[in-house]
Amino acid sequence: MTSAGDAKLLIEGVSRAFVGPRGEGTVALADTDLAIATNDFISILGPSGCGKSTLLRIVAGLDRPSTGRVALNGRVVTAPGPDRGMVFQSYTLFPWLTVGQNIAFGLRERGVPPARQAEVVDAYLGRMGLRGFEHHLPRQLSGGMQQRTAIARALANDPDILLMDEPFGALDNQTRGLMQELLLDIWERDRKTVLFVTHDIEEAIFMASRVVVMTARPGRIKADVPIDLPHPRRYTIKTTPAFNALKARLTEEIRVEAVAAASAG
Amino acid sequence: MARPFTPIGQPARLALGVSFFALFFATWAFFTLGGFVSKTFLADPWTMLRDGWVLLTRFDFLTDIGMTVWRVLGGFVMAAAVAVPLGIAMGAYKPVEALLEPFVSFARYLPASAFVPLLILWAGIGESQKLLVIFIGAVFQIVLMVAGQVGQTRRDLVEAAYTLGASDGGVIRRVLLPANAPGIAETLRLVLGWAWTYVIVAELIGSSSGIGHMIIDSQALLATGKMIFGIITIGVIGLISDLCFKALNRAAFAWTLA
Repeated sequence: MTSAGDAKLLIEGVSRAFVGPRGEGTVALADTDLAIATNDFISILGPSGCGKSTLLRIVAGLDRPSTGRVALNGRVVTAPGPDRGMVFQSYTLFPWLTVGQNIAFGLRERGVPPARQAEVVDAYLGRMGLRGFEHHLPRQLSGGMQQRTAIARALANDPDILLMDEPFGALDNQTRGLMQELLLDIWERDRKTVLFVTHDIEEAIFMASRVVVMTARPGRIKADVPIDLPHPRRYTIKTTPAFNALKARLTEEIRVEAVAAASAG
Repeated sequence: MARPFTPIGQPARLALGVSFFALFFATWAFFTLGGFVSKTFLADPWTMLRDGWVLLTRFDFLTDIGMTVWRVLGGFVMAAAVAVPLGIAMGAYKPVEALLEPFVSFARYLPASAFVPLLILWAGIGESQKLLVIFIGAVFQIVLMVAGQVGQTRRDLVEAAYTLGASDGGVIRRVLLPANAPGIAETLRLVLGWAWTYVIVAELIGSSSGIGHMIIDSQALLATGKMIFGIITIGVIGLISDLCFKALNRAAFAWTLA
């Protein structure tokens, strides 16, 4: 458990209520506290509509909390910024820019000299297996390649924390598995701090050092499960008894919530 | 029943398209040359072509065409220069939209042709009156269509840009403008087509040159061949400018086709 003192990212009493079209209030996210240490890989696991994406958007600065606050390195978050890289579920590459230009977007926006931009782009093209596709447009790429480019684009800014909102949700199962391995490999080497939202239990366990389970709407943190599986992890770990025990436990936790969400409509 | 949405090949498409033109002219020729319609009211296709040749060789019709083209382009460019930035501002900034949207929505329904008599009072029957008719006809349409376009900008792209560290100005320059440029170009292509109808209206009244002027002149002489030749000339020029615009858009915004 991370104490508030040495936390990289601190979420304190954050809640979010939306006002509906007829003036009725909906609480998407109930009071939430969460502390994330440097180099942590946290998966937030919850059923659809539990407010886990809302929480991530608040951390990104794309949404404002109704109460509470989020602080990164002790500074309160008020707006989006390059210190919090974000990868979305939908394909958000700029369709008019090539893969290389997409990766360089943040660098260019921050006035990084072109020669340095080219170096960084080249490094990420190599790491993400995108070499040879630098001059392709997003539309010419598969979904997996688009998301690899999106991850490269976020990482090129060298953010303090990487926020990922079900980034592999639209991919087929095989591609999804490969993307998880790629991301895990990056995390094991770079020791980035990652906050990863998903509704896939296996995905949550495989990459994370902690899995935070959220309840059905209004979302609250229900369980905080440390994942003590050894690193480096390979895909074969998904069939070990230790992995399966965690999966069984989380399946139980999340099932109750899925039932609650389904009956709430 | 034929199955809906069955695709057809390029040669068949071309053949069908051309054949309807042929059918149109054949029907026209049949009724006029066959003597079913009085020559006074409708010239046959050959008379139309002969009259056209006379217009081009003896009456300096090319100058008329040039005048009309210049009026359309002049008024259209003026309208676009005012309307595109205004539309972008309206689409991007809600207070600007709240200020201008109600008025522009009202103004777009003011018929440009109804302004002709008023504009003659204000600007005389010179070139500025012609340009103003086109301008009024085009400017409000472009503003609203561009504002609508920009308002529909994909929010996830805007959000992605902010999380990458873009400033507000950066989002406008590097997301909003490139994302909407193809749509704006398409809007301009559409409105240019409409501008062709306004210019003729402007030229029908109080003009001493232009295709519209030639048509109204020929009416007095019952020269239906010339009138039809003028109308077809407008159609052909409109079609050519449309195709050029389309090709230009495709070349400039190849990323939308990739």
